[in-house]
Order: sequence, then structure tokens, then C-alpha cells
Amino acid sequence: MATQTPVIEVHNQTAQTPRRLWLEVLHDWVTTVDHKKIGLMYIGYALVFLVIAGFEALLMRVQLAIPNNHFVSPEVFNGLFTMHGTTMVFFVGMPILFGFGNYLIPLMIGARDMAFPRLNAFSFWISAFAGILLYFSYVGGSGLDGAGSALDVGWFAYAPLTARVFSPGHSTDYWTLSLLLTGVGSIGTALNIVATIICMRCPGMKMSRLPLLPWIYLVMSGLTFVAIGPLTAAQIMLMLDRYVGSHFFDTQAGGSAVLWMHFFWIFGHPEVYILVLPAFAFANEIIPVFSRKAIFGYPAMVAASVGIGFISLGVWAHHMFTVGLGPGENTFFTLATMIISVPTGIKIFNWLATLWGGKIQFTTSMMFAVGFLFQFLIAGLTGIMLSAAPFDWQLGNSYFVVAHFHYVLVGAILFMIFSAFYYWYPKMTGRMLSEKLGKWHFWLFVIGFHLTFDFMHVPGLLGMPRRIYTYEADRGWMIWNLIISSGAVFQTVATLLFVYNMVWSYFRGPIAGPDPWDAWTLEWSVSSPPPSYNFAEIPTVASRRPLWDLKHPEDPDSDYEMGPVHPEETQKEGA
Amino acid sequence: MSEVAIGPSTSDKVWTLPSRGFVGMACLILAEAAIFVIFVVAYIFYIGKSLTGPTPKEVLDLPILTTICLLSSSLTVHASVSALRQSKTRLCSLWLAATVLLGGIFLLGTAHEWYGLIYKHGLTIKTNLFGTTFYSLVGLHATHVVVGLILLSLALLFSVRGEMKEHHSEKLEVLSLYWHFVDGVWVVVFLVVYVLGR
Repeated sequence: MATQTPVIEVHNQTAQTPRRLWLEVLHDWVTTVDHKKIGLMYIGYALVFLVIAGFEALLMRVQLAIPNNHFVSPEVFNGLFTMHGTTMVFFVGMPILFGFGNYLIPLMIGARDMAFPRLNAFSFWISAFAGILLYFSYVGGSGLDGAGSALDVGWFAYAPLTARVFSPGHSTDYWTLSLLLTGVGSIGTALNIVATIICMRCPGMKMSRLPLLPWIYLVMSGLTFVAIGPLTAAQIMLMLDRYVGSHFFDTQAGGSAVLWMHFFWIFGHPEVYILVLPAFAFANEIIPVFSRKAIFGYPAMVAASVGIGFISLGVWAHHMFTVGLGPGENTFFTLATMIISVPTGIKIFNWLATLWGGKIQFTTSMMFAVGFLFQFLIAGLTGIMLSAAPFDWQLGNSYFVVAHFHYVLVGAILFMIFSAFYYWYPKMTGRMLSEKLGKWHFWLFVIGFHLTFDFMHVPGLLGMPRRIYTYEADRGWMIWNLIISSGAVFQTVATLLFVYNMVWSYFRGPIAGPDPWDAWTLEWSVSSPPPSYNFAEIPTVASRRPLWDLKHPEDPDSDYEMGPVHPEETQKEGA
Repeated sequence: MSEVAIGPSTSDKVWTLPSRGFVGMACLILAEAAIFVIFVVAYIFYIGKSLTGPTPKEVLDLPILTTICLLSSSLTVHASVSALRQSKTRLCSLWLAATVLLGGIFLLGTAHEWYGLIYKHGLTIKTNLFGTTFYSLVGLHATHVVVGLILLSLALLFSVRGEMKEHHSEKLEVLSLYWHFVDGVWVVVFLVVYVLGR
């Protein structure tokens, strides 16, 4: 009963009752250091950029639907794919995953906030301004009088394309500055996540009892430090080249263009795992709950995640096979890339074993998770194909590569993000998302996804290079491109339906209650949405599924814990 | 069980976790180390690849004195933390002042070196690949020294005004970790720039 009043109070804050001036509400959100509000702002900001970058993709698909199209000019097309890639990676993927992490991690480990709440707010705002800075290049790229010139160097901005001679004006500088700033924000948030998980766990939450979502976020944050660092360093070098006249990537003065490729992909490949690990984290929470079984192979899951973290640091040059690295490097990076499919395979088998024999509930969330499993497998298989250097020489920079990585980014990561929305939206807002609209969303999106990205492999095999703004009619690519573009329409409709569902359910959805899925982790033990202080009393846990123990005192998980430690005993945990 | 009762371990039920200050600083150091690694790799990659002079052999002297100053400032900052832990606040201020002084001498040494390179030898960041990688790597390190000095001076200010007490020793120790990191990076920079690259 003690929690009743604050719950209503918090509800008033989030529901924005007319009694409060909009200025007060705005002030409240701008000055907040509450991890839940910052998490929601991260997610909202990412959704805005998702719509923008999705719209850019749609424009590109309209342009490519038929040969010799003049819907957009080549210059605009170059700007579109650069902005689409940069936005999706840095201003959709990273913030949405950091948003969920921010919101969920303190709740899952029984803490009242992140370790450094003000750093948290700083990280969010600096990332938010970085996004605005990136899009400002559309206005100020050539100085204000030459408006309308977004950066057009591709998201990996190979040297010497970024040199002053080839990229005059300021658009490339906006890109550089924006990535520098969002890098600072990412490192800040990752630091916060690590410190929170290591130092803020509630009594009894040993590392061996930590839910898998925080575990994987810990690995992902560790990767963030070692991946974003090189990106930041490379951006500083590029800035020096462009402004001070240094020669890092200036081939005229003996500088190396390949060095930029190395530096970029030392960041770029771990970045893929920074994005996909949280998707694994969501799957680890959602699949067991809707299979009504505890996760299969918890230690193997942790080990596989840590393994992926380490191996992913040694595979970057598989993005550079076509450069001609030499037989030694090619062999090393082919093997390293193939080895990474071992821990990923362990994960897939663990999820299958979790499903096996469970009472599976096909909620919308679970349907997206099953879609993720299936599509991630296929994405992994084309990944193994591309990891073989000779195969990559044939298909590098073709639409086959585009299809492969969109299978990962959309088929795996975006599907799992949608799944996470259906799963945690009730916790965040207090209301359920409409299952009926959700099923429509799922089926339309699945159809659209497979129309677009299954068929995208084919023009790649037929030799269609990526990043061309149009093509001749006699190449045999036309029918495939038409199918691909029609799939994009399905995906757009499905996404709009999803947005509508979120808005509608916020006002009209059924009341969720604290624990709508009968789940087992600590975030479901508090009201929905949680009070600003999260837990009136800091909980104590004795197993990996504290809520199961609470609901089933006759058969608690703590009875099954392995090891010499007695269940009621708490002990100091090393980092 | 009674044998282990003295240690901070299993038998007492106090739930203790590592301090978030140390963990946060460790994470920051890891991220910063990644940035430095890239600059060091670039330096090593471009050794001897400059198309024009001057070369490191012609213009670089070993900065022995400043290196000694910077490395010994690690000891003084450690001494200031120990002093604060024992509530000897005056001693703490003294050691902090010594640290700031030593760091300042290091910066002055770098400034003197750069002045000579620019005005006597005509080496700027634009001149060749050596200039590009030298000024960026040493400059990045010097930037970190400046940041460290600003933070240490703040600590010194608080200490002199008598506002720093024993219970702040953990915070000062976190700051000292950063300073040790800056010193450690200098060891690498020294080896790469003045030993390997010369």
C-alpha cells in the first residue's frame, strides 16, 4: 500500500495532465536525471531518426524500382545512402539500444538509478545534439548560401574521398563532428552501464545470478570502449587533415588510404556486434518467458557472449578483402570470421533448446522473436559465404553484401527491437499494445522484409553493384529491383501501423498491471510505469528468477543452484 | 568457517561491491587507451615514410629531464593520496602542489621542444608525415596532461582552502588513477617516438 501514492504521482508526470503547464513538463524532461526518462528520451529520439532514415531508404527504393529513373539526381542519391547508413547506425541503432539498456538495467538488477545519473543525462544530450548536427549539413553543408548538400561520401567515408579536394564545403566536417560527439555520448553511456552493473546490484545478485540482459549489455559496453575509441581517433585525424593540413590519409604526401579503411573497420566491425548483442539480450529475456521455461544453458550464453566480444575484435579486415591484403591476412581474417559463427551457433541452439518442450505463447512479441531466430540464421549463413575471401572477391560491394547486412540489421536487430517494444511497452507506459494491430504489423513486416531482402541477393549475384543511382534496362536487374521496392512499401505500411499502435495504445490500450506476462525478472515486481525511485525497498534475490521464487515459494529456483555456496548466503563479488 | 571470518569474504553478510568511481575511471582509461593505440599505430606505420625532411634523427632530442619530472609526479600524487587517507591535509596539499609543479615543468619542456622544432627546424604538422604523426600523438598526450593539471589544480585549490577531508580520499585516488594513466601513456609515447622512431 505504501507505494500507491507515488505511483499516481509518477503517472501524472508521464501522462502530462493539463494541470501542469507544458513549459513545466518540458523543463521536467530537459533537466531530468532519472534513468527511465532518459531511456524513454533515447528511444523516442531514435524512433524519430528511424522514420527519417526509413524515409531516405524509401526514396532510394523508388529511384531504383525501374531502370533509367530520374526521380532523384545522382548527387541527391549519394547523399541519401550516406545519410541513411550513418543515421541508422549512430542515431537509430545505438540510441534505441542504449535507451532500452538505460531503462531496464537498473530495474533488472534492483537499483534505484544508474551509477552516474548526471553523466547519463549528459551522454544523452550530447548524442542528441550530434544527430541534429548531422542533419544540419543538409542546410549548411556548403555554407548557408549553397544549401541542400548533405554529405555524400558513404557511411564509411573512404579516403581520399574525404580530402578537401574531393569533398569541398563543410558537409563532411558535420559528419566528422557529429560522429565525434555521439562517440563521446556512447562512451559515457557504456561507462555508466558497466559501473551500474558492477557496483549497483542489489544484495544477492551475484554475477552468476545476473539476468542475461545486463550480462550482455556488459559485454556490449566493453566493446563500445574499444570500438568507439578508434573511430574517435580516426575522426580526429580526418579533422586534422581537413583543417590543419596534416597528411594522415593524404596519398600525395605518402599517407595511406588503406590505413583509414583499417581504422574505420576496427571500429566498424565490433560496431555490428555492439548493435546485435542487445538484440541477443532481448531474445534471452523474451524467449524464455513466452516458452514458460528457464533459459537453456545460462553459463554457455554468458560464455558465448564474452567470446563474441573478443573474437569480434579480430575480424575487421574481412570488409577489406577486395583491397588485396595478401594471402596471410586473407587467411587469418577468413578463419577468424568463420570462428565467430561458433559462439553465435551456441546461442541459436540454446534458444532452440529453450523453445523445445515449452508451452509456447505466440504473442506478437514472441512472433517477432521467432522471426528473429529464423532470419538471423540465414543472415549468418550468407555471412559465412562472404567470409571466404574468394567468394568475397566476386561479390564484394555488390547488392549481395547489402542484402546480407540488412538481413542482420533488419531481420535480426530490428525484429528483436520490435519484439522488445511489444514486451516492455506495458512496463514503460502502463498499457498494453494492441495485439490485433501487432499481428498485422508482424505479418505485413515479415512479408515486406522477405520481399525486399530475400530478392536483394539476386541482383547482387547478377552483378549489380551497390551505391549506383540507376542502371540500364538490359541488365536483367529490373524485375528484381521492382520486387525489392514493392517490399519496401509493405515495410513502410507496417511501420506506420506500429507507430499508430503505440500512440493509440498509450491512451486506449488495456491497463497492463505490474506483471502482464507472468515474467521472472525484477522489473516486473514494481508498478507499471515504475515509480521514480524504482524500488521502495531494495530487494534481495536468491536466484536468477527472483519473481519465480516469489510466486512459487514451494519450488524456488534457489533450491537448484549449483555450487558450494548456500542459497541464503551473500558474498563479496569481484568485478 | 571461523578462520576466514577476518577477511571481507563469505561469512559476514555485508553486501559490498566495488566503488563506482574506480570502475568508471577504469572504463574511461580503457576507452582512452583505445584512442591512443590508434595514434601509436599510425605513428609506427609512418616511421620512415616521410617524403621530405626533417627526419626524427635530425631534430629530436631525448626529453630526459621532463620525462623524469612527469614520471616522478606519479609518486607525488600517490603520496598526496596516502597523506589524505591519514588525515594529514597539509601534507596532502604539499604533495599536490609538487605534482602540479612537476606536471607544469613537463608541459613547459614540451612547449620548449615544439618551439625549437617549429622555429629552428621548420617542422610543422604540415611538413611531412613525421610532423603529422609527431604533433598529433605528442599533442594528444599533452592535451591529457593539461586536463589532468586542471583537475589536480582544482584539487589543490580545495585542499589549500581546507575543504578536502579524509572522506574525499577515494575521489582523489580516482583522479590519481587518471594521472597514472597519463604517465603510463608517456612511457609508451617516449619509447615509440624517441627510442623506436629515432
